[in-house]
Amino acid sequence: MKIDTILSKYEPKSENLIQILHDIQDHTEGNYLKEEDLEKVADYLKIPKSRVNGVVEFYSMFSKKPRGKYVIRLCKSPPCFVKGAFNMLDELKSQLEIDVNETTKDGLFTIETTSCLGVCDEAPVMSINNKIYGKLDSAKIKKIIENYRKGKSEI
Amino acid sequence: MKNEAKYENKIVLSNVGNIDPTNINDYIETRGYEAAKKIVSNEYTPLNVIDIIKNSGLRGRGGAGFPTGAKWEFTAKEKADKKFIVCNADEGEPGTFKDRLILEGDPHRILEGMIIAGYAVGAQKGFIYIRGEYSTAIERITNAIKDAYEKHYLGNSILGSSFNFDIEIKKGAGSYVCGEETSLIESIEGKRGNPRIKPPYPGQKGLWNYPTVVNNVETIANVAPILLNGADWFKSFGTEKSPGTKIFTLIGNVKNPGVVELPFGITLREIIFGFGGGISNDRKLKAIHLGGASGAVYDGSILDVPLDYDALKEKEGMLGSGAVLVMDEETDMRKYLKNVLEFFKHESCGQCVPCRIGTARLCEMADDIIEKGGKEVNIEYMKHLTDVMFKSSLCPLGQSVIMPVKSIFKYFNNEF
Repeated sequence: MKIDTILSKYEPKSENLIQILHDIQDHTEGNYLKEEDLEKVADYLKIPKSRVNGVVEFYSMFSKKPRGKYVIRLCKSPPCFVKGAFNMLDELKSQLEIDVNETTKDGLFTIETTSCLGVCDEAPVMSINNKIYGKLDSAKIKKIIENYRKGKSEI
Repeated sequence: MKNEAKYENKIVLSNVGNIDPTNINDYIETRGYEAAKKIVSNEYTPLNVIDIIKNSGLRGRGGAGFPTGAKWEFTAKEKADKKFIVCNADEGEPGTFKDRLILEGDPHRILEGMIIAGYAVGAQKGFIYIRGEYSTAIERITNAIKDAYEKHYLGNSILGSSFNFDIEIKKGAGSYVCGEETSLIESIEGKRGNPRIKPPYPGQKGLWNYPTVVNNVETIANVAPILLNGADWFKSFGTEKSPGTKIFTLIGNVKNPGVVELPFGITLREIIFGFGGGISNDRKLKAIHLGGASGAVYDGSILDVPLDYDALKEKEGMLGSGAVLVMDEETDMRKYLKNVLEFFKHESCGQCVPCRIGTARLCEMADDIIEKGGKEVNIEYMKHLTDVMFKSSLCPLGQSVIMPVKSIFKYFNNEF
């Protein structure tokens, strides 16, 4: 979707900034916010570019760096920590051969860590784009990644 | 759910799992919108509604336990061109997912509660602020709002009355501090979620400086049942000072993790060993982190304390969001402390110095404990730092670090 089409869905009020940024990011290949788009948003809402940037930097779901097609966000908050989240992080890093906040060479996966996702009875938990995967272990992670490589999000 | 008969969900979760949340008629069949209809058709004055909520003794379920009726009354008394109702669905407290279940499983209950709140305080507009990670909840609430408009339960002259009420959804974008009411208000206004200095409280100057009631999802979910069944019915659950039920999320090293709604006065022994079936892998209980990351961490000595908002104040902790994180004997409390502090450091908004620098320093010292051992680190200084943060931080994020830190040092002193 073109940026102008997205902007035209919203009234040009600064209160819509966060909703607009979500919309743009969701429709941008690479799951991120481009500098030139942020400038257009600032112009459209008649607010300084610094204010737009301040908001982008503040909220953890926004990224100014291109990311993979699938953004893996592993929870590292206390409930997942107790259930071995950091072992799962090592597992992800070794299976994808990248570090946190890096993207695989084929452009498919980015690993991020996140605060609590609110699915703690299934800890350890991660999300891939909007989908939640719980009760993780090494085998399950392997299978999930294999399936995504084949273009399937179901396990 | 395990042990279903014994641990039935009484008030808030009565519909969750039992109705189709995508069908407004399912909700209506469970006497849904009946309370709102009665109220806006002038069977009750706004003052009547506030009196009923005050008499019920309902307290805010977000964690602080502030009396809901009193909160409504402050805003009702304000004279202003506009007033707002905000439903706080930015559930970010680690270990908590009760609000998500309500939003996903009974979305119309929230809309009805907000309509009633709007009528009581004289607001014609409500916002539901849902954290961006809760995509299913966002979808369900969006559809519920659409269906409610189609039935004229929202909009102008709703439910056959002359009362107007609109509800809009706002999506968060990943920030724990936005669960704090003034940060949440800033975020609805499209800004960074930096908390405001209080007073003025949102009840006087909230959204765009208009009087605003901010209520947690679970609090709002109690409103329609109270109006339908009366304050006395509500008070028949729970304890004198904390009437009603509380949703607990039981997680960590337990056999049956999950969510359960129980009356106040229940003990952690009942929750962990009754509902939860005890510790997994036949291990022993070591620690319980109660109320989310910002609550206190206890050993087994807390198990038989009847839980309500006041009982835990004496124990230097809080019931908070109702999260019960269980840790077994294998847990390394030094590493756990570090993990909790990392959480606060990451989520500190950076606006006020005590919180920004305090959380970073505490993390460094927790690292030193793990690397060099507790004897090499000035633990008294760490406690002192949390005192400073408690006294001088701008919002509850920095203020509450004292609870996990001091309680871990108190109950698990032998590990440091």
